[in-house]
Amino acid sequence: MLITCPYCGPRDVSEFTYQGDGNRERPAPASQNLDAWNEYVYDRLNPAGDHNEVWQHSGGCRSHLRVVRNTLTHEISSVVFARGHVPHRSPSRRGAKA
Amino acid sequence: MSPRRATSGGRIDRLRTIRFTFDGKAFTGHAGDTLASALLANGVTLFGRSFKYHRPRGVLTAGVDEPNALVTVLRGDVREPNVPSTAVEIYDGLVAESQNRFPSLKWDVSAVNQLAGKLISAGFYYKTFMGPAIGPFKGTRFWMLCEHFIRRAAGLGRAGRAADPSRYERMNAFCDVLVVGSGPAGLMAAAAAADKGARVIVAELDARLGGSANWSGETIDGMPAAEWAAGLAEGLKTHPNIRVLPRTTVWGFYDGNMLAALERVTDHKERPAKGEPRHRHWVIRTKKVVLATGAMERPLIFPGNDRPGVMLASAARRYANEFGVLAGSKVALFTNNDNAYHAAVALQKAGAGIAAIIDVRANISDAMRNLASDAGAQIHTGHAVVATEGRTAVTSIKVQRFEATNGGLSGEARTIQADCLLMSGGWSPAIHLASQAGAKARWDNELQAFLPPEPTQSWIGAGAFNGSFSTTEAIAEGHAAGLAAAGAKAAANDDLPVADAVAGDPAPAPVFEIRANGKSFVDFQHDVTSEDVRLAHREGFVSVEHLKRYTTLGMATDQGKTSNIPGLAIMAAALGKPIPEVGTTRFRPPFAPVSIGSLAAERYGDIRPERLTPMHDWHVKNGASFYAAGLWHRPMIYGHAGETIEQAYVREAKATRETAGIVDVSTLGKIAVQGPDAAEFLDRVYTNMFSTLAIGKARYGFMLREDGIAMDDGTTWRLGKNDFLMTTTTANAGKVMQHLEYFLDIIWPDLKVTLTSVTDQWAGAAIGGPKARDILASCVKGTPVDNAALPFMGIVHGKIADVPVMICRLSFSGEMAFEVYSGADYGTHVWQALIDAGKPFGLVPYGLEALGTMRIEKGHVTGAEIDGRTTARDLHLDWMLSSKKPFIGSAMMDRNGLTSSDRLQLVGLLSLDNRPFNGGAHVVEELDEQNPHGSIGHITAACYSPALGRYIALALVKGGKARHGSRAFVSDPLRKRFGPVQIVSHHFYDPEGSRMHG
Repeated sequence: MLITCPYCGPRDVSEFTYQGDGNRERPAPASQNLDAWNEYVYDRLNPAGDHNEVWQHSGGCRSHLRVVRNTLTHEISSVVFARGHVPHRSPSRRGAKA
Repeated sequence: MSPRRATSGGRIDRLRTIRFTFDGKAFTGHAGDTLASALLANGVTLFGRSFKYHRPRGVLTAGVDEPNALVTVLRGDVREPNVPSTAVEIYDGLVAESQNRFPSLKWDVSAVNQLAGKLISAGFYYKTFMGPAIGPFKGTRFWMLCEHFIRRAAGLGRAGRAADPSRYERMNAFCDVLVVGSGPAGLMAAAAAADKGARVIVAELDARLGGSANWSGETIDGMPAAEWAAGLAEGLKTHPNIRVLPRTTVWGFYDGNMLAALERVTDHKERPAKGEPRHRHWVIRTKKVVLATGAMERPLIFPGNDRPGVMLASAARRYANEFGVLAGSKVALFTNNDNAYHAAVALQKAGAGIAAIIDVRANISDAMRNLASDAGAQIHTGHAVVATEGRTAVTSIKVQRFEATNGGLSGEARTIQADCLLMSGGWSPAIHLASQAGAKARWDNELQAFLPPEPTQSWIGAGAFNGSFSTTEAIAEGHAAGLAAAGAKAAANDDLPVADAVAGDPAPAPVFEIRANGKSFVDFQHDVTSEDVRLAHREGFVSVEHLKRYTTLGMATDQGKTSNIPGLAIMAAALGKPIPEVGTTRFRPPFAPVSIGSLAAERYGDIRPERLTPMHDWHVKNGASFYAAGLWHRPMIYGHAGETIEQAYVREAKATRETAGIVDVSTLGKIAVQGPDAAEFLDRVYTNMFSTLAIGKARYGFMLREDGIAMDDGTTWRLGKNDFLMTTTTANAGKVMQHLEYFLDIIWPDLKVTLTSVTDQWAGAAIGGPKARDILASCVKGTPVDNAALPFMGIVHGKIADVPVMICRLSFSGEMAFEVYSGADYGTHVWQALIDAGKPFGLVPYGLEALGTMRIEKGHVTGAEIDGRTTARDLHLDWMLSSKKPFIGSAMMDRNGLTSSDRLQLVGLLSLDNRPFNGGAHVVEELDEQNPHGSIGHITAACYSPALGRYIALALVKGGKARHGSRAFVSDPLRKRFGPVQIVSHHFYDPEGSRMHG
């Protein structure tokens, strides 16, 4: 698998670290809504198809990247710096679980 | 002259004789022979015994698809089992053995299994040996009893015990076009692509390039096809854009057009050249792939089709044309298609007599009749072979009238004398790599074959791989594929080589099996018969994936290259469904067996990088022995002659507490946290406040994970308003860095903070003990180090031996202590200056053992206690949890499960029997050495405490603090250590901290 780092160019997946489901939304720091925290900390989407993921180019420029990867074909349709990009989130995470 | 060697012909070097042994017997062959061709030339027909029934087996194929003629190749003490003899190039001194026979190939005692054939059908072992539901041999016990004997009787070659001394290599390669296969299609594709400027790699699994051109016997551009191919191959080898990889099997097609290949560099050599690896693992990234992998001929399924001397027609044609070897002297052929007629001609030309051609089809073309008459063969149309005879080789065959439309047999069986039977059941394109790359294969009813799927990755097919079986098509498709891969187009007036061959009908009759009495083998290597497939169907296995697992069809080392399609066809017939509805299993890597050594390559053995501190050489010179801590090497003790480890660390710790000690702390993780929002950022990641920290002061910090569990601790120094130096534990340096980067990039991109790992930029020495300040005062210039200038947690800048240093007064040992940081390159210089300054005061260097001892005495936590399960409260660090601000983990840390009173909490243990503890030992309320149970916790760290004069430990124990003062027991059944302990506070030594503050 190749990930095209916007800074370094196309690099082998072994240079990257998977940093999880990119759909997760962190509650406001002072939020006491345990359900929201629980969802953020523990719930992960596992779609068959395009998935919003976070990868870090840990063996390169160390940027975190937002990657849209097809979990069936490993096809990567989009890679952008995580900084400066509001993530494209899945509309209903709870619904997706059911 | 060898009995089966043709007098002329073949691509072997008849002037070079090669000597080798097979089963201890000496043989000769010629350069260019495979082990199979050389043995066949010597008249050997029996190559091994079969997997389950121990039936005698010969050679079925001439290549990588061979299921039968597997051998073990020996090199010194190293045994390589299950190698197809059809893919072993002979060399002087080659030693090979047949497999699965005892005591010898000819006299094999387990051959009685043949008589028990009916009993050992599919699922036999499971049905029989999984045992009854009751009684002494209940369930799997019976299996466990029998398994040893079964494993010995059934199976393939035996692996050796000797270590493999070979070297293996891994290579990464990049190209525009990777051409897999070097038959006419592959050669044309490579030449066309390279001429258009593309960088090309050609991989060929055989030693010789040319593929079918080497054995087709056809003419291309007026010359023998083999010569045409050799000329073109020579051109490729010298082409500046082309890298040719012979003996290289492309075995995996992965995402993003990345392919894996195995190059057998020296397997064919008596002695490798200096520095040559045995195998080379290639990882090839390419823009386009041209798949010109050809096709594999299928056997026909009929009783006795596994007898030595029964061979694929194309294999015999290859042995005759490429190796000058005759598969038999009196040859019969059995076919459902035109291909066998070409084989008959080839064998006749090479000197064999053709006894008969048995064709299941009622009608054949005039062209084929002419070929048969050229070969002097009698044709039996509308007939089928129903039996073969002979003990370890075919002596005769039986044929009967056959109706291809319904499979019916009629009339009397006639016997035909023949010492070799060649069969052709049609061709299956070698679509393995395309199938791996994704998408399902398509069934072609005309060709009776699965054709490659529509590409889901960037590949182009050419030639027989596409089901285009003629050389003319291969040349045109290869040329077009090569041009397309290079981004160009083929033109109608392109001057292509002209192949001259008698055209045959590529479509076989849809006949896979002749149903008559006797065992008809589908999977030769796993001894799966057509009856086994039908049994599986009767027992309810209808999915092709289940069929495969139940019968083990196609699961042997050859992965069913010859057996998958016939097996599928028989299953489809049993189900009464057309083949495409039954479907086929998906091919997965590897295409052919891959040596594990090649995958490990240079990563085998200890060639990991080493991290050494700047003072490493000093430690070595001064008698340190080392611990590996991750990649770091850290001094464990500076042992004196005759000292045990315990004696050494006790001496070092004692000296530190009595006078002074110095330890290398360069391995601590160090992260520069800088920027206008640095203080705010640290407030968010640490549980305690850092924005209130004064410039020139340090503070102990504690961080949690998002789920409220403890993550890491360390001190962070404020060097300026917007400039902090964070330290982490040695083990977590990378993890903490990544954690911080994640939050800055993903969660708080608005914070103006930069993070820089500076672990390797600073050398650190911690000097502690009652004399530590005096030692510093005697060598530090430019700053006082007294209590006023350098209070607890204070930072000063000065010079030691003319080198700038940064000194922070903080303590891990519990003594008055200082961490002295200098630029890494000055590490040894400053360290030596401190050692020299300390000499009059009795300063000693100490290692990790003494460091650990002193921290246990103080009850400080490390990774052993911050183990990914403990919370701040478990470690009595609740005072670190600020209530004035949210921080990472603050929302989750108060969940019920994390605050309950029976959680494991940090305590101290005193040994009451004056014996040492071990980390990992359990703590129990009642001792039961026979049946250890009832753990209330475990020991995390243990030592002999020189300060207390006894063995102590830190432990995580249920209910922790409430048990202070109570008795318990240590229970360590693995190390047989049981005994009484007293549970106490984890602050063993100087709980008020008067020594470090003093």
